[in-house]
Amino acid sequence: MMKTDKGMSIIVKTVTRISVWLIILYGIYIIVHGHLTPGGGFGGGVVIALAFLNVMLAYGKEFTEKWLNFQLLHDIESSSVTVFLVVGILGISLGGAFLANFLSKGDLFELYSAGVIPVFNILIGIKVGISLFLVVWLLAGINPEEEDE
Amino acid sequence: MILPYFIIIPLIAAFLISLIAGKKDQWAISLSLIAIIAVLVLSVYSFIIFQKETLIYNMSGWKFPFGIVLVMDALTSFMLVMVSIISLTSIIFSVQYIRYIDMDWKYYSLFMLLVTGMNGVIITGDLFNLFVFMEIALFAAFILVAYGRKAEEFEAAFKYAVMGGVSSILVLLGIAILYSATSTLTMAKVAEELKLLNPKITLWVGGLFLVGFGLKAAVMPFHAWLPDAHSSAPAPISAMLSGVLIKALGLYVIIRIFFNVLDAPIIFTKAFLILGAISILLGVFLAIGQWDLKRLLAYHSVSQIGYMLLGLGLATPLGILGGVYHLFNHAMFKSLLFYNAGSVELALGTRDLQKMGNVVKILPVTAQTSMIASLSISGIPPFNGFFSKLIIIIASIQAGEFWFAFFAVVGSLFTLASFMKVQRYGFRGENIIEIVKEKIGWQMNIAMILLAFLCLLTSLLIIPGIKEVTLDPVVNVIVQKAQYFNLMTGR
Repeated sequence: MMKTDKGMSIIVKTVTRISVWLIILYGIYIIVHGHLTPGGGFGGGVVIALAFLNVMLAYGKEFTEKWLNFQLLHDIESSSVTVFLVVGILGISLGGAFLANFLSKGDLFELYSAGVIPVFNILIGIKVGISLFLVVWLLAGINPEEEDE
Repeated sequence: MILPYFIIIPLIAAFLISLIAGKKDQWAISLSLIAIIAVLVLSVYSFIIFQKETLIYNMSGWKFPFGIVLVMDALTSFMLVMVSIISLTSIIFSVQYIRYIDMDWKYYSLFMLLVTGMNGVIITGDLFNLFVFMEIALFAAFILVAYGRKAEEFEAAFKYAVMGGVSSILVLLGIAILYSATSTLTMAKVAEELKLLNPKITLWVGGLFLVGFGLKAAVMPFHAWLPDAHSSAPAPISAMLSGVLIKALGLYVIIRIFFNVLDAPIIFTKAFLILGAISILLGVFLAIGQWDLKRLLAYHSVSQIGYMLLGLGLATPLGILGGVYHLFNHAMFKSLLFYNAGSVELALGTRDLQKMGNVVKILPVTAQTSMIASLSISGIPPFNGFFSKLIIIIASIQAGEFWFAFFAVVGSLFTLASFMKVQRYGFRGENIIEIVKEKIGWQMNIAMILLAFLCLLTSLLIIPGIKEVTLDPVVNVIVQKAQYFNLMTGR
């Protein structure tokens, strides 16, 4: 599967293959515990973006392009903001103000608590994770030598 | 309550465009038109209905001093109407103009983010919220300035980004000082707390904000980024930047913070007078020597911003009326002039006044509307520019500032001279041009005719009877400084 000459050495590739899932899991942990511990949507999103970038550095751009569906990523990124706004508007009709809470607040310090804040954290995590990765991807694609066309 | 929709509608349009637009721009155009028309209808409605009252909206249901508040009074809805009128014409103008660069939805998505940022800055009542929306508008503006992807556009956008970054840091420092001094970020609460504190804090913060927002408004010593950015952006974006962005992010915030929050200390209104006079004179002197049409218009923006600042600096009701009225009028005629420049650039492929010629023969609509706009900006009756400049000059004579009245008159004369040059060489010149590169479509003509019509129509705002229901509530908000927080804290 990974027998390409692009990217870094076999050691780096093997370590990346195992660790990338752990990094993504850690990012998800930070995102869903955003209302309980330091961190949240933005911090966790950055961790997830770094996991993807790790793959890009270890395996090279061509493999990453085959591994990920960029059109899908773009669609998820745009729709996460749209869903964020829709949940915010739901707050107007159900909670009385834009971005207001309309879910049960739950027990203090439980994972399922704090109403809509975890929902917003997850949406922000998706948005930040994908867009940060795409920004670095685009910047990595610029080749300064072929600029003057 | 309709307050959050001024932010929600353009924001959701921006991301829906990126979600469903696909490769073509048809969907993007219709979605952005729908969004802008909705915002325009809402803003005109709120300007008519909620004139006498101050509306407060608590975001996420947090009560007034704790959460983020959105505030709407006459000044807010006045600015929102101005932003949405110019955005609507700019979108209509863009349909053909941007297709000439490339056919893409990204432009419309960024345009909606620009509108979101400006609406947010105008409607928010929270200092840090204002900073965030300002950054949204600025980032969209940086990208839109470089949208044509030419070398000088990247250079202009980079210069703009550096200057914008410097000004944002100064603003952020000012906000941080205010927060540490008053322990709150809500503008009304800050205004209340500042009265009890050492007046030196007001001086520090005011100085930082004057430079920070002065950079955004391109007042004279801080204007260096404007001629580059405004002349190399695509024409509809130049119109947005010159017409509304420097006013929404610069002058509106200066009015709001210096008059409503800092209570208009005399040292700053004097500074407004001096900076205004410098901008009027040096701006117009720099403009009159330009041969690049859009660069000439950009320098005139600096000069006209000076008039508004001069009117505000007088701090009399009449002076403020003149400043606010000129702010609205300038949005109309300066955007129209940039559309004219864009249409000539598209048709003849040049912005050099000496290479233009008998534009009046080949582009009749462009040439005639440019005549109206030139007369407006140079202050010829019965167009709107005449009345607002007249009010500013009368107000400065009444306030006893004869020198500033003299500077305003001199600036106006030189403005007339430089637009005579534009008409003489550019639109009604002697060169005979036969080859037209690109036909000007009906959308661009409609945008120009609409604004030319508004240039005449807005001069009616000064008629007694109409003035009482349009401009006077706006002036009231600025003159009765303390009312802003008295209404909000419920006293």
